[in-house]
Amino acid sequence: MEEIVQLNNISFSYSEEDLRPALNNVSLSINRGEWIAVIGPNGSGKSTLAKTINGLIEADAGEVIIGGTKLTEESVWDVRRKVGMVFQNPDNQFVGSTVQDDVAFGLENIGVPREEMLERVAKAVKVVNMADFMDKEPARLSGGQKQRVAIAGIIALAPDIIILDEATTMLDPKGRREVIETIQQLKKEQNLTVISITHDIDEAAKANRIFVMQAGELKRIGTPEEIFAVGADIIDMGLDIPFPEKLKYQLARQGLAVPAEYLTEERMVDWLWTLFSKM
Amino acid sequence: MLEKLLFGRYIQGSSYVHKMDPRAKLIGAFYFIVVIFLANNWSTYLAMALFTVLCVYLSDIPLKVFINGVKPLIWLILFTVILQVLFTTGGESYFSFGVINITSFGLLNGAFIFMRFVLIIFMSTLLTLTTMPLSLTDAIESLLGPLKRFKVPVHELALMLSIALRFVPTLMDEASKIMNAQRARGVDFGEGNIIQQMKAVTPILVPLFVSSFNRADELANAMEARGYQGGEGRTKYRELNWQLRDTIAMLAFVALTALLFFLRN
Repeated sequence: MEEIVQLNNISFSYSEEDLRPALNNVSLSINRGEWIAVIGPNGSGKSTLAKTINGLIEADAGEVIIGGTKLTEESVWDVRRKVGMVFQNPDNQFVGSTVQDDVAFGLENIGVPREEMLERVAKAVKVVNMADFMDKEPARLSGGQKQRVAIAGIIALAPDIIILDEATTMLDPKGRREVIETIQQLKKEQNLTVISITHDIDEAAKANRIFVMQAGELKRIGTPEEIFAVGADIIDMGLDIPFPEKLKYQLARQGLAVPAEYLTEERMVDWLWTLFSKM
Repeated sequence: MLEKLLFGRYIQGSSYVHKMDPRAKLIGAFYFIVVIFLANNWSTYLAMALFTVLCVYLSDIPLKVFINGVKPLIWLILFTVILQVLFTTGGESYFSFGVINITSFGLLNGAFIFMRFVLIIFMSTLLTLTTMPLSLTDAIESLLGPLKRFKVPVHELALMLSIALRFVPTLMDEASKIMNAQRARGVDFGEGNIIQQMKAVTPILVPLFVSSFNRADELANAMEARGYQGGEGRTKYRELNWQLRDTIAMLAFVALTALLFFLRN
């Protein structure tokens, strides 16, 4: 497996007076094509971590290597071409005055010729299902639509890595599902690496690996199975657990002997019906 | 009240005016504001008014929209007009009391100033209603292009303008949200004496400022993350192209000027 993101002993504080750093000696590596979910309570350094990866924040110590390139002042723009980032608030990242202008913004920045730009914009809006809204202004779009435009803007740039910095937080459940499905589709087609910072635990449960952050430190790395198997620890950190785990917990309180390992929704159903037929 | 404000709003369409090059529209609107000062009698003002109505007609936007655009400014206009009417001397005097003089000159001046205001507002509204903010900034950037030689940061100015225009509706929404939120907590807007009213504005202004700072920060991050490094080496998605219709419009302005010189006394 090819390593695409590597962080070695990253530390960062926003100001010198801070009692504890926003990131404290964080090391991690991510392989190409992986879907990573980063979870952790508010203020645990998730967003800071994301900004470190594309060079919006320069770490005080440690090194960031993206696709073989070490992040330095000279290489920062090359790195940013490999890393696309979708932020939380759809209103504040909408630069253009219409949908197509916004999608084209990133392409203009890297100097793509106009003919190619028209093509790539048209393709990107189609992928996110916004082709009918090309000339609409942001004020006339819903939050979910704006977020899809933000994703289209990134897709048009064809990065290797997409970071979703709580990109689905402000959407309703339907919008959230649509955005995630769009990204999953893209990931499959283009072998994207996705780093998703999220509070939505059901979304995290679908990731290949989960990074758990707390107080600027990377506390745990593991598959969803491994992470949610220690459900109680996760709850202690102020985080939620997926629905099947909650169900398991409630069933255990009713005196039922539940399996110790983490169950996805499907496996929960399997387990329930086999249990039922045994009784 | 906020919804009625037409500033920076764009109405989609495919009329003659919509299809014009934004540079032509911008030059036209500015030129109109300059030549209106040439008008100094009824026939010249009539010519200007007819020209404006023709432009409005060519834009396929109902006249009502423009009249609504004048409404928020009506008090400012009336104030200026009344000052003119009350304090202009000369001509036949109808009423006199101390420094206050209502004269034929004053009335005439008042009427002309009223016309001037309304026509200028119509024309500038026409410009913003038929031109997308981004095209407008492209036009400004292109027209100011020669100033780059004198180290004027043309691209930066144009970008600031385009972002400002893009955020007008967003900030208005937010202002009304904050107003309602403060109302829900018992702040009275538009009541009490001047001092009380001014104090009531603080709970809108401060949150609006703070959130604008946050917005600016997030926007700057989002722009950088998408590779924005300034105007150098950028290509353009929107293309400006000057067509026959733009030349015709410019010729119409020349004709208007000639007519004004002919009609003015």
